[in-house]
Amino acid sequence: MSEKRKLSVAVNGTSYDEDVEVRLTLADFLRHQLGLTGTHLGCEHGVCGACTVLVDGLSVRGCLMLAVQADGTEITTVEGIAPSATELHPLQQAFHDNHGLHCGFCTPGMLTTLLELLRDNPSPTETEVREAISGNLCRCTGYQGIVDAALDAAERLKDGGGDSR
Amino acid sequence: MKPPPFSYHDPGTVTEAVQLLASLDNAKLLAGGQSLMPMLNMRYAQPDHVIDLNRVEGLSYIREDAGGLEIGAMTRQRDLEFSEDVKRLCPLLAEAMPLIGHRQTRNRGTIGGSLSHFDASAEIPTVCTAVDAIVRVEGPNGEREIPFKDFPAGYLTTSMALDEVLKSVRLPPWAAGHGHGFEEFARRHGDFAIVSAAALIEAGTDGAITRVSVTIGGIGPAPFRVAAAEAALVGQAGSAAALAAAAEHCRDIDAHDDIHAPASYRQHLAVVLARRALEKAWTRVEAGPGEPNMGPTT
Amino acid sequence: MNWPVKGKVMGKPIKRLEDPELLRGEARFIDDISLPGMLEAAFVRSPHAHAEIRGIDATAAKAIPGVHAVLALDDLMPYLETEFLVVGLPSPSYKQDRNRSALAGGEVTHVGEPVAVVIADDRYIAEDAAQLVFIDYDILPAAADCREALADGAPPVHKGADGNLLAEFNMGYGEVDAAFSGAAHIFQDSFRLHRGGSHSIECRGCVGFHDRATDELTLWVSSQMPHSALRVLVDMLGRDENQIRVVTPDIGGGFGPKLVVYQEDVVVSVAALMLGRPVKWIEDRREHFISTTQERDQYWEVEIATDDQARILGLRGSIIHDHGAYTARGINLPQNSAESLPGPYEVPAYRMNTKLALTNKVPVTPVRGAGHPQAAFVIERLLDRVAQELGLDRVEVRNRNLIPAEAMPYTRPLKTRGGLAVVLDSGDFPGLQNDALARAGWKDFAARQEAARNEGRYIGIGLANFVKGTGRGPFEVVTVRVGTSGKVHVYTGGTAIGQGTRTMLAQIVAEQLGGDVNNITVTTGDTAATALGIGTSNSRLAVTAGTSAHVAAGNVREKVLKVAASMLECPAQDLEIEGDEIHVMDQPGRIANVSVKLGEVAHAMAGTPGYVLPGGVGPGLEATEHVLLDSKAFACGTAVVEVEVDIETGGVKILNYVIAHDCGNIINPLLVDGQVLGGTAHGIGNALYEWMAYDDNGQPLTTNLADYLLVGAVEMPRVELIHQESPSPLNPLGVKGVGECGVVPASGAIISAIDDALAPFGVHITQAPISPPDIVALIEQGRQRL
Repeated sequence: MSEKRKLSVAVNGTSYDEDVEVRLTLADFLRHQLGLTGTHLGCEHGVCGACTVLVDGLSVRGCLMLAVQADGTEITTVEGIAPSATELHPLQQAFHDNHGLHCGFCTPGMLTTLLELLRDNPSPTETEVREAISGNLCRCTGYQGIVDAALDAAERLKDGGGDSR
Repeated sequence: MKPPPFSYHDPGTVTEAVQLLASLDNAKLLAGGQSLMPMLNMRYAQPDHVIDLNRVEGLSYIREDAGGLEIGAMTRQRDLEFSEDVKRLCPLLAEAMPLIGHRQTRNRGTIGGSLSHFDASAEIPTVCTAVDAIVRVEGPNGEREIPFKDFPAGYLTTSMALDEVLKSVRLPPWAAGHGHGFEEFARRHGDFAIVSAAALIEAGTDGAITRVSVTIGGIGPAPFRVAAAEAALVGQAGSAAALAAAAEHCRDIDAHDDIHAPASYRQHLAVVLARRALEKAWTRVEAGPGEPNMGPTT
Repeated sequence: MNWPVKGKVMGKPIKRLEDPELLRGEARFIDDISLPGMLEAAFVRSPHAHAEIRGIDATAAKAIPGVHAVLALDDLMPYLETEFLVVGLPSPSYKQDRNRSALAGGEVTHVGEPVAVVIADDRYIAEDAAQLVFIDYDILPAAADCREALADGAPPVHKGADGNLLAEFNMGYGEVDAAFSGAAHIFQDSFRLHRGGSHSIECRGCVGFHDRATDELTLWVSSQMPHSALRVLVDMLGRDENQIRVVTPDIGGGFGPKLVVYQEDVVVSVAALMLGRPVKWIEDRREHFISTTQERDQYWEVEIATDDQARILGLRGSIIHDHGAYTARGINLPQNSAESLPGPYEVPAYRMNTKLALTNKVPVTPVRGAGHPQAAFVIERLLDRVAQELGLDRVEVRNRNLIPAEAMPYTRPLKTRGGLAVVLDSGDFPGLQNDALARAGWKDFAARQEAARNEGRYIGIGLANFVKGTGRGPFEVVTVRVGTSGKVHVYTGGTAIGQGTRTMLAQIVAEQLGGDVNNITVTTGDTAATALGIGTSNSRLAVTAGTSAHVAAGNVREKVLKVAASMLECPAQDLEIEGDEIHVMDQPGRIANVSVKLGEVAHAMAGTPGYVLPGGVGPGLEATEHVLLDSKAFACGTAVVEVEVDIETGGVKILNYVIAHDCGNIINPLLVDGQVLGGTAHGIGNALYEWMAYDDNGQPLTTNLADYLLVGAVEMPRVELIHQESPSPLNPLGVKGVGECGVVPASGAIISAIDDALAPFGVHITQAPISPPDIVALIEQGRQRL
């Protein structure tokens, strides 16, 4: 059985009209149908947060949404964060400067989750940063570099270092 | 870990959803997906049909009416978390919201999904038990209301018929100036509580307690109202000793063992958390109506 | 080897070369590889801890549209020389050979053991079909607990086996029994350390591709040891080395278990050969829980003898170590445990008997720490016990027993698994402890604790010291090559699993070759790039690959300077390499006749037909080194932890965490801090959260990340780091490994702090992890004793 549906979706500003299997998860659609492999799968049961993407500006777990449910939405993935091919977004730059990533597998979910936080709360406390990423597991960093990066990015964004999407 | 094959339906009205539910074999309703989607990915659930409620009109709202706070089933947990109406009219729910999962799950998860899935350690069923919520459902024969005391029917099971759809839930108000307290113990931030406790207290002008609600979640098939604890407090002032004595009534609830904790620990936690929730509620009673929200203190 | 070790880039917090692609989502992990015509695999795994397979019926599975094959062991055999993965490290102590079979034959011995594989158009279809592979099992009794597995009458893990003892060995030195008979005090304790998983956020996975034009089989695999995978494939497939290439893409974390060669790697290779199509398998998280190796289950019975001044006279005891159902690595873990029990302390006499028990559970191989955290926990708990029994401060007991800095190098009369002496090469253990205690406010703590108790709060402080042998030899290969583009290319058999290997090696090579890390590319973990290679494990790459890179880059540097001197007609000692050019010192910049580009030198050394090479040296501009480093460089340190225990819920909150550590000369402080922090997080998990539950029948009970608890950002405290740098005399860079250091002292220090917080109840914890229900029960027992 492979029931399909039409899906219109904008991902990182590009419009796509695709036929998708109704059981395809949003994460698998992005990864395997659109080739946007920056969104990672770490658990596929909604705990690790690696597959977090922004759907209409809100962070969601890409493994807990069907692709068909994204019809008509605008999605931002990790590939859509940097302003250009040569520049990094201030949040990405802060991750680089604060050693906020080791293996980099959880990083796409951390970045998308923190983009939402910094938009909704431009001056988060350390506690608020930690709570914001409490649904994103990292096995490498001990989170300290990530938390430092988020706080650093908040400062940079306040200084006019770019939009927070 | 990929979902099994199914047919997908996305009705635009509740009536359509009910018709689909009544006519299709082995169908599952999909709300926010934060419980059903993991079960699909792990193939614990293998429905032939998934009926997606996300495109049903008119199920996402929070409004005040004579009966209290009426909340549409597809209202996202995020919207409850940030709602001024919820803070004002059901501060107990407002206090519980940030404890539910994580930002990403609250952005998708719905109040109706949480109630229909009915995990006994989830926060929303515990709050609904505490405030004597009324659930409105629609089935092939029309709508009916289910008082929350009649809503549970077993582990992960409600008294809704298989062809009924949860439409809304009403949270009756507690008097202005009432105190509330929600306490839970979870291993990590955002985890399901091992045990949770919700307390509500109203007091008269003489300082004596006139109305009280004590609920323990996570300790059996459904959140449990501890009538003995409530009865012990009515007519009393909220002294530390009285609150602690009332909480002791929570020790004898039938509890279950699982990999996270033995039953005896759950019973012990029930007493501890009930006392803390009552203390928090009483502190708020004493602070008066100007201070409805102290925020979570855990 | 008198090349500069520190200067331009060494020792500096160089930002990682790896980051930009990872931050943009442009990295290539194993599941990001997609090849034309690629099929996907799903494995059918045993649901039973122990059963005999009576039959396999794949008829229904094969009938599903999009299914290309359903394979069991018999289907693979025409392609295999042997069904067994023979990987065990050598040891005379084995009593049974228990090698894994590519797919289970007649018997399954743990839940999750692969029995069959479905190859289909995509993973969704493969999983649909896997559900329809019907296997007829005859369920057999299982041995789940390692201590019970060794008891008389325990069910055999493998049917027909004569018991479950896999191996047994003794380790020790000195006159132990004499030490005990003359001791003023003897204390005995029993400890239980629990197993957990590695849980890299990326699970395992591999992609097999057979190129018919070249008859080359390529296996991309998320592995810490691709060369080891190559050797297993050569043995099993009967193909020669030139017909197989194993490549590692970006790897989303390793933490130990990815050093193992797995059945799936073999099966995917065979499937790609059989079907003539690329085949991908990506492990999902549930599979990771039941098929990726785990570690740490051990029972210890130990006695400590001291004189009347609390000085250790001897240690003796026994370990029962859970080996799991098969030998996927060897007896190395309990060997590490037994070898490292004396740790940073002077222990005049020592004897440990170690038994490895087979169990019907996932095989056991190293997880970050590899036997050392268990031993550190045991010795630190024993010293706390001595302090408590003798009424001494815990620090004082350690001060009386730590090996002083003047005693370095300190030879312990023990042998490593390779028969080498155990020599603690350098470090100031008391100094590290003092630094950590000072930063953590140990001296003032008693007053703070009393004040807190007056408020009804139970806070406690604990400490643990550790040494960790790192940089296990014998070598790691590194090739350094200057291309005609002027770029410097580095190739190593080590693999990059997130620890910043590329940046680390680029810094070492750049120090010799121009100082610009951005002019360096690093290729890791590709059997086509380096013929030899050991891989990533045991905190080894900075030491082994680092040293080889340093020597290889130095050799290339000498050659560059000689040739440039000939080209510029000036003495080599007047030249320096800056960026991608060589110039006369004091005249930096591109000045005609006083500078030449690296690329130009490489061009000259590439040779021109009929012309003599300049410089009087051999052709090419490259060097390959595999510097032999047999002895381990010992990193060391002290963790001091402050906790608050909620005595009503048993909840533990870490209030402060300080770790002072010494990993020798630091190549990049950012990377070192990151490794210590990550290891610490893992250690906190081992102490407080991670519990891989099995029932009495060997059924795993925590097979998702909601039930198996990894530390989150809220639970993880901010950690304060203190560095000492005692250069190791064993390698020219003076470096030691750091990847596992954070994890080693964590459990000991945290649980010491919990004990301290709960001292009014007389709590003495002898297990890790400890859960809130455990703590509440211990408090209750304590109240009843009081």
